[in-house]
Amino acid sequence: MSKAIQIRGLRYRYPDGTQALNGIDFHLDAGESVALFGANGSGKTTFVMHLNGLLRGEGSIEVCSMPLSDETLEQIRSKVGVVFQDSDEQLFMPTVLEDVAFGPLNLGLSPDDALTRARTVLKRVGMAHALERAPYHLSAGEKKRVAIAGVLAMDPEILVLDEPTTFLDPPTRRDLLTLLRSLPQAKVVVTHDANLARALTTRAVFFDQGRIAGEGDVIELIQRFHWEYS
Amino acid sequence: MHIPDGFLSTPVWATLDVVSAPAVAWVARRAQRDTQDHRIPLLGVMGAFVFAAQMVNFPVGPGTSGHLVGGALLTVVLGPAAASLVLTAILVLQALIFQDGGVLALGANVFNMALAGVAAAYLSYRLWGQASRSGAIFAAGALSVMTSACLALGQLLISGVPMTGGVFWASLGLFVVSALMEGAITVGAVRAIERLNPAWVAGPQPASSRTVAGVALAALLLVVLGTLIASVAPDGIQRLTGQGVDSTSWPQRTMGGLAGIAMIFALCYLGGKLKSRRRSA
Amino acid sequence: MHHLVIDRWSRGSSSLHQRDPRAKLAALLVFLIVLSTTRPAAQWAFAAYAIMLIIAVHSARLPILGLAGRAALVLPFSATFALLTWWSGDTLRALALAEKSFLSGMAALLLVATTPLTGWTAALESWRAPRMLILVIQFVYRYLFVIAEQAQRMRWAAVCRGSHKTGGFRLATGLVGVLFARSWQRADGIYHAMLARGFRGRFVPAAPAPFRAADALFFSACLAGCLAVRILL
Repeated sequence: MSKAIQIRGLRYRYPDGTQALNGIDFHLDAGESVALFGANGSGKTTFVMHLNGLLRGEGSIEVCSMPLSDETLEQIRSKVGVVFQDSDEQLFMPTVLEDVAFGPLNLGLSPDDALTRARTVLKRVGMAHALERAPYHLSAGEKKRVAIAGVLAMDPEILVLDEPTTFLDPPTRRDLLTLLRSLPQAKVVVTHDANLARALTTRAVFFDQGRIAGEGDVIELIQRFHWEYS
Repeated sequence: MHIPDGFLSTPVWATLDVVSAPAVAWVARRAQRDTQDHRIPLLGVMGAFVFAAQMVNFPVGPGTSGHLVGGALLTVVLGPAAASLVLTAILVLQALIFQDGGVLALGANVFNMALAGVAAAYLSYRLWGQASRSGAIFAAGALSVMTSACLALGQLLISGVPMTGGVFWASLGLFVVSALMEGAITVGAVRAIERLNPAWVAGPQPASSRTVAGVALAALLLVVLGTLIASVAPDGIQRLTGQGVDSTSWPQRTMGGLAGIAMIFALCYLGGKLKSRRRSA
Repeated sequence: MHHLVIDRWSRGSSSLHQRDPRAKLAALLVFLIVLSTTRPAAQWAFAAYAIMLIIAVHSARLPILGLAGRAALVLPFSATFALLTWWSGDTLRALALAEKSFLSGMAALLLVATTPLTGWTAALESWRAPRMLILVIQFVYRYLFVIAEQAQRMRWAAVCRGSHKTGGFRLATGLVGVLFARSWQRADGIYHAMLARGFRGRFVPAAPAPFRAADALFFSACLAGCLAVRILL
């Protein structure tokens, strides 16, 4: 099976000297969904910031068989769609439609095509009614949907979701889960939520102090690391 | 102090709009030049931060409290051009959405706060930053507020808003108190920010051009003082603007107003011509 | 909250909402200039301006009292100076001062209550306002309430732990410091989110809507109305 992501020996040290990642080997198959577990500060978010080159550590990163470098950076950023934990940071344009069109415009689409594509994906995530709304006025669940639309509009092959269900109430979580399961892309899901991981992914990777402490079947890993609070 | 519409006489607001518009364009170009692109969201978020920080009450004495104005803080953190631009953006939003300051008076408010106020803060920080950093930041905060407030007062007086001597001196006293408060609050805020991450606040630049900064600051303060003196000497105003408070009839004033508008259009037209010529060249 | 109402108003569908933002902004400037140059003795002119505004508000299907209440935010400042003027014996001028500032505020409010922020910023930009300024305005507005709410929550948290008794200058500076730090980190987060969606240092503007005959007609009507009142009354 072809690899969507292949990473070997990734290390990253923050400018203040903290060794956040200390030799990570990771792979993701096309269409596969993987959960990333680990305590706060174990390096999960630092790790996903490497998947589209927002951070650049030592080691080799290949995305869709392309090695990450300055030349491939733009292509890789369109292949790897990152949905950030805080939707308010992701939705920065004045209206929902403009926000979703932001990525396609950067890809070089004409304004008309970008808006058409934005409308299509907003319909896909069930937000077609809010095109002219200001992101500030949306509910947390709606913001998350628009953030996902903004990423889908780039037509990515891999979705990276950083704590997609925090701040959402149970019914909204359920609806979001339905949406995420219907998306065909390979997924990397950073989460503390064992239920979400079980429902959305098959394999899991456990981070501990910048290393991978274990990986395998998601249900088995949750048991091995006691990754549930009840 | 944001001046609403209806207070400034036409020559005053028209002149300041004409002065401020190209100044803001220049500031925007400068801010763009020394800004890496990651600073675009930073400038916006910093503007929002100043709005929010103004909600925090600072107790400054028994029963009194003040709040941050923020011009000097932005100048110290972002540099003068970016600070001017952010303050201009805030003033535009305040005028249109929050009914705080007028639309025609925007030029005056931008001139007082975003241009002159920031210049006063920047020059103070530059001039005294090497000698005593806290002192320089205090002066930056105090002088920026004092400059803005005195200019606003002068513009109101020149526009013929009547004011008794008592009110005038009371206003000046109030300005001094707010200026001292802004100085103290700015020092406190910069120290608190530096404790969290020293890299967020740029150090004062090397003192190579201290003389220039000193002369510029002196000139700025003289202009402020001059505005105030001109505004309280009615003969001076009459000579300056040809418009006495009581003595002119309305046709004369209207003519003055129309001349002001014509002047704006002429200057805008000329500005546009020059710009398009430079673009095509 | 104040802004929420204005945002809701600005999404209306009346014919005034549909006019090109450039036409409305130009009409606002004409109105303000005419108002500003009206002499205090022409009290009938002020009444006429008020009627023009009421007609516009009505045709935009906006609540006149709601708008007037918000425009009245300028009144404390105006009233102070109006009183000073009145004491100095110039009743007409005092009246005109309050009227001018109130009507100006009302007119500006009418623009933002019928035009979303993106509309009037696009109009400013088409008049060559610096792009950098427009972007900063949009970002400030976008994050204004997010960060203000953060400040509010921090204040509540401080009050819950008894800040009204012990809290002083240092507490306030600490609050501002933390607020600054979180704003700075938020800006970093936003920049990362922009890069993740292919940002290359330049915002690509969307195409502006065309200026229609109805927009030109609207502006001409405003211009004619304002000038007629100014000259005749």
